[in-house]
Formats: sequence, C-alpha cells, structure tokens
Amino acid sequence: MALVLKNSSAALNQHSFSPYADNGGSIVAVAGDDYVVIASDSRLSTGYSIYTRDQSKLFKLSNDSVLGCCGCWCDVLSLTKLLEARMQMYLHEHQKVMSTPAISQMLSTMLYYKRLFPYYILNILAGFDNDGKGVVYSYDPIGNLEKSKFKAGGSSGALLQPVLDNQLGLSNIKEKPEAITLEKALNVVKDAFISATERDIYTGDSIIINIITREGIREEKLELRKD
Amino acid sequence: MNFYGGTIHNGFNDSRNSFGGFRGVDDYNFQPDIDRGFITRAHTPLTTVTSVLALSYEGGVVMAADLVGSYGSLMRFKNCPRIMRVNANVVIGASGDYADFQYLQQIIKQKIIEEECLDDGISIKPRALFCWLTRVLYQRRSKFDPLWNTFVIAGLQDGQPYISCVDKLGTGYEDKQVATGFGSHLATPLFREAVENKPLPSKEEAIAVVKKSLEILFYRDARSFDKYLLATVDSNGAVIEEPQLIKPDWSLAALTECP
Amino acid sequence: MASVMLPVEPTPGFSFENCRRNEFLKAKGYKAPVATKTGTTIVGCVFADGVILGADTRATAGSIVADKECAKIHYMAKNMYCCGAGTAADTEATTALISSQLELHRLNTGRVVPVVTAATMLKQMLFRYQGHIGAALILGGVDSNGSHLYTIAPQGSTSKNPFTSMGSGSLAAMSILEKCWKPNMTEEEAKKVIRDAIAAGIFNDLGSGSNVDLCVIRKGSVEYVKPYEKANVKGTRTGNYKFKRGTTEVLSKKVVPIIIEEEIVKPISSDSQMDTS
Repeated sequence: MALVLKNSSAALNQHSFSPYADNGGSIVAVAGDDYVVIASDSRLSTGYSIYTRDQSKLFKLSNDSVLGCCGCWCDVLSLTKLLEARMQMYLHEHQKVMSTPAISQMLSTMLYYKRLFPYYILNILAGFDNDGKGVVYSYDPIGNLEKSKFKAGGSSGALLQPVLDNQLGLSNIKEKPEAITLEKALNVVKDAFISATERDIYTGDSIIINIITREGIREEKLELRKD
Repeated sequence: MNFYGGTIHNGFNDSRNSFGGFRGVDDYNFQPDIDRGFITRAHTPLTTVTSVLALSYEGGVVMAADLVGSYGSLMRFKNCPRIMRVNANVVIGASGDYADFQYLQQIIKQKIIEEECLDDGISIKPRALFCWLTRVLYQRRSKFDPLWNTFVIAGLQDGQPYISCVDKLGTGYEDKQVATGFGSHLATPLFREAVENKPLPSKEEAIAVVKKSLEILFYRDARSFDKYLLATVDSNGAVIEEPQLIKPDWSLAALTECP
Repeated sequence: MASVMLPVEPTPGFSFENCRRNEFLKAKGYKAPVATKTGTTIVGCVFADGVILGADTRATAGSIVADKECAKIHYMAKNMYCCGAGTAADTEATTALISSQLELHRLNTGRVVPVVTAATMLKQMLFRYQGHIGAALILGGVDSNGSHLYTIAPQGSTSKNPFTSMGSGSLAAMSILEKCWKPNMTEEEAKKVIRDAIAAGIFNDLGSGSNVDLCVIRKGSVEYVKPYEKANVKGTRTGNYKFKRGTTEVLSKKVVPIIIEEEIVKPISSDSQMDTS
C-alpha cells in the first residue's frame, strides 16, 4: 500500500503512522469427511509485548461454520463485524442461514473489495461443503480463495504447513490409511501448536479448538507455554 | 448497529437527530485539503499524557492515571485529568494526545446527555462503549487521520468486573488488567502477578498494587508525575477520588554512581 | 613477502575490507543476513555479601527462537561475570576478548583484577566502535574494594548501580527490582528478587523466555547455577511421529557394483601431524 504525501515537509513533521499492526497468532484447520477441526492460539501481541493471553481468534458464524482470523487485529474486528452483519442480512432476505460455500465466496468478495487498502488478515474458514463433507477455505489478505482439506496460517504458518502436508497430506508416504480420523486430526493440531510455541515467539499461552461435526460445535482448550 | 443505547437514529455519522444539537464524529472532523486525490494531514501528538492503569478486584475495578500533560519533553500542564466518569458503571481513561481525548470526551458527554434525556433508566454498559470506541478509532485510522490515543474502559458489565483497551488503530481487547503507554511495560508484570492463575484480589490489595505501580512509573517514566487520580467502580458506583500524591523514596538513587 | 616461514600476520582488530562491497550490494537491493539477537532479560543486584547476576536463556532470530537454552552469563575472571544482551556474537566476542586481557593483566600484576578495570576496558572498547558492536552488558564482581555492579551500554556509557536490568525485558525486570530490592539483603532474599525479575521478563517480554540462569559471586567463591529454574516446560505431544521403516517407497532399483581396480596402502606413523598442506 503506497501512501503518497503531497509535500515532503509535511512528511517530515509527521509522526510516522501506519494503519496496520501485526498482532501475531496462528490458525490451523483440518477437515475430514464428517468433521472439521479449527484451532487458534490465544495470544494477542504487538512487538515484544503481550496484549492479552486470552483472546480467541475463532469466530462462530453459524452452527457449522467457524472463521479463524489473525494478523492485524483492528482489521479482524472490523471484518468479522461486517461479516456477521452481512450474514444477518442474508438470513432475513433468504430465510436461511448462509452455507459455508456461500460464506466462503462472500468473504473473498469482501476482501477483494478492499484490494487497494486491504484487510491485513489471514482468514481460514472451516465448515461443510455442498456435499456435506468437511472443508477448509483459506484466503490471502486480498481475497484469493483456496479450498483444501487442511491449512496452517498466521505467524507459525510457514512452520506448520509442512508438518500438515506430511502428517495429513501423506505426501511421499507408502502406506496410507483410509482416512484421517478425528482423533488423529486433533492430535496433529494440538501437537503442531505445542511445537510452534517452542519456536515462534508470537504463538503461545493456550489454544482454542473448535470441533465441528453434524451434531454441532464443541470447544476444547489446551494450555501452552506462557513465555 | 445502534451505538446509542436507546436513541432512535443509527450510527455516529447521523448529524441531525431528535435532540438537535448533537453532531456526529464526522462533523467535527478537520476537513483535509484534497489535491489530485492525495491527502495530507498535519496530525502529530502535541500535548501528551502517559500511562493509564486499570486492575480488576473482587466486585469491581480500579483505574489510575497521573495529571501531567507533557509538551514534548516539557512538563507543560500539571492538571490534566484524564479519567472520565461515564455513568455509575463505567469510567474511561486515556493516554496519548490530550486534545484528541478532550475532543472525544465532548462526544461522550453528549452521548450521556442524550441518554439522560431519554430518561428510560438505561445507561451505556462498558462493553457497548468499548465496541463503539473501536469503531470510532478504526474509522479515523482508515482515513489516515487517527485519534492519537489509547483508551481504557473499566467498569461493571452485568455486575462483573470489566476492563478493555482500544488503541489508535481500533485494536481492542478485554482482559482482567490493562496498562497503557510506559505502564504496559512497567506495570503489566505486577498486574499479571496480581490476577493471573488465582482469584481476583481484594479492593485494598488491588489499590495497593496500582499505587506501587504509579510509584515505579514515577521513578522510571520521564513523562510521569507524582499527582494522580484514582477511580473505582463497584457496587458503590463509579467514584473518582480527589487528586492524590505519590510519596516517593529517592534514597536508593544516591547509590547509583556514574564513573 | 609472505612465505611458509614468514606468514603474513593479519592486522589486529576487525577486518573492514568488505565494507565497500557490502554497501554496493546493499544499494543493489541485496539484504544483509540478520545476526542472532539475544532479545533478552538480564539483571544484576548487590546483596550483603556480594553480587548476583541473572539471565533468561532465549536467543531469537527475528520472530523465531534460535536457541532455547543459551548462556548469557559469561565468565570474565574468577571474581567476575558478565551478562550480555544484544547481538549474540558481539556479547560473546567482547566478553571473551576482555576476559583474556584480564587474565594477562592478572598475570602481569599478580593481583586479583578489580572490577572497575574490566568495566573500563569494556567501555573503552565499546566506545571505540560507537555502538556498532551491539553489546549491552551487566558486569558484576567482588574485589578487595567490595562488591560492584556496572551497566555498560553498547555506546560505551556506564553506570554503577545497586541493581540494574538490560535487554528487551529490562522494563519488566525493573518493575520487580524497583518493588522488591532493598539494601543489605541476604543471599536467599536476593536470589528470590533476581529470579522474580527474570521471570517477569520471561513471561511478559516475547524476546525473553525458557529458563532462569543465576550466578552468585561472593568474596572468594562463585556459584553459577544453570538452570536455576526451568520456568517453562515443553508441552507433551499426544501423537507418535516416528516413521516406520519403509515409509518412503522405493520406486526403482539399480545396482552398480563397485569394481576395485587398484589398492594403495599409505603408512601413517602414529606421531605424525595431520597433513594440512
């Protein structure tokens, strides 16, 4: 984002102001045939300081859709408020709750709408697709949408994605199990965060896990290192 | 979204309403000169105020902030109160630019008057005020014309202690304790020690921690001051006490040498 | 001229020969590699019978933890230790260099080197490099004049304090020191204060983490405890991530036999030097 100032003397007198902040945090989501697991850590930070140790980055959008957001927290607050309002409008207009694929497309559009002043957010949307199977949608800050079975994002995204590719994508592994069970998915998600906390200073404190099944959304919490 | 807790018009951009005088945030805005689509604004914090401290205790919250207004490194104004009583359940404290705080204070006062005019017994709750503030500050940051403040909202939300914080970008979060400015580095360790992994402290304990933190800030934050305001919100209502003085002990300073 | 008998002695001090090249590369847009920082909490305080130094054990490279158990309390002399914050290589090299000079000084004078000597040597070295050596130090020690604690900034300024903290967690640590430090504390009291100050840094500053290291320097004795406290334990993983033999599939196989054409035996006597020519 380039902001052009009219004259340089004004720039000299100005306190440097950036409309963005990096508030850290990581999201991991794994989808199976009849479940989706999405988890975030609960540390909200800036620079070397922790704002709070207890801020969930998961937003329950409907009974089978959960959105995980991290990055610039003020953008997260704004985008999720807007998203919730748009979902309300859809509900009143169409007399039904938005499906996960519908939300996924709307979110992409909303992000691209701000193409020239983007929301600096890493979004991961978890839910069920039109065939009733678990699905994970992930986005870049300006609305590029990718559908997948698992995704890691945020400050530890680059650390965790290869682990998921190996453990869940089973790339280059000879004996492949029939399907990833919910138990296996939960273990990998928890262990991924435990490991990320060891090496990423912006991930820690605790993780909040949302397990979405046909029965509804169940929440779990797991403590992490606090340093 | 209705930010007015009972009034009928929608949002803070509505400039005319049934109570006449109130102008929305937009109308107070300095109109920037717009040239070829590029915008410049001459905003920089001038008179600044330093840390705000807020800590929960069993049944309430305590907030404290000193009274100095600094002009760069000059100790320019010695009576800048910056804790505001919103209603019997809410106080708000500000750090950063003092003029921006006073501007927003006017708007909040107007909101209170409107609320009282309705006379329906409903008053704004701390979380609603927090949510409103995140929107106001986010809107200003999106115009590249931020209100250069960090606000702390403290009070009782449905009878429970409530503290939250909003910065100049609109970043907002709730916690059991908040310290802004220099206090976020110096007071937070003591505050976390007081509230983490144990039941909330008593009122006396919480006030003692806050007072000790003010004293430490007075030693180490060059923009701080020994005269401060302390406010509590609990079942007795929101009370801002008369200004108090820190009683510092500088005897340890004599032990430092500069060889 | 250089020869095997008369090798060119490198000039002492830093080599600046790549400076112009690096400036050129920078102008071209090449990014210089980042040094490991010890984004640190280090503290020290004086107590009744000596000095205690403390440090956390996290080293960072940007937002990644580079080392979870590094040592930030460095040996200077038998009666002196030094905590280092800032660029890891700089604190290590600076303390090692001055430490060796202190030992030479001790052999020359035949006395226990005073702490002020080390402080002066450190500040003179750091001042010479105008802050380009990113070492923020806390020097503590005991000599014939008593216990001493010095704070040395990267630019070479010093102060002599009863208690002090440095690094990214210095403010968190200072809040505890300001609250808890008193003159003439016992060793146990002082250890507790230092432990709490480091813990405040570990938990409130993201640049600091892992364990608390402690070093107690008394007259005639030193106790270096590493770790004094494991403030953070690694979470236990629920899954098993050992790969079974044969996990990676063999896609194709081709055997190339090794053919021995000639065998040469070169005898090496046990006392001969390693051939490095």
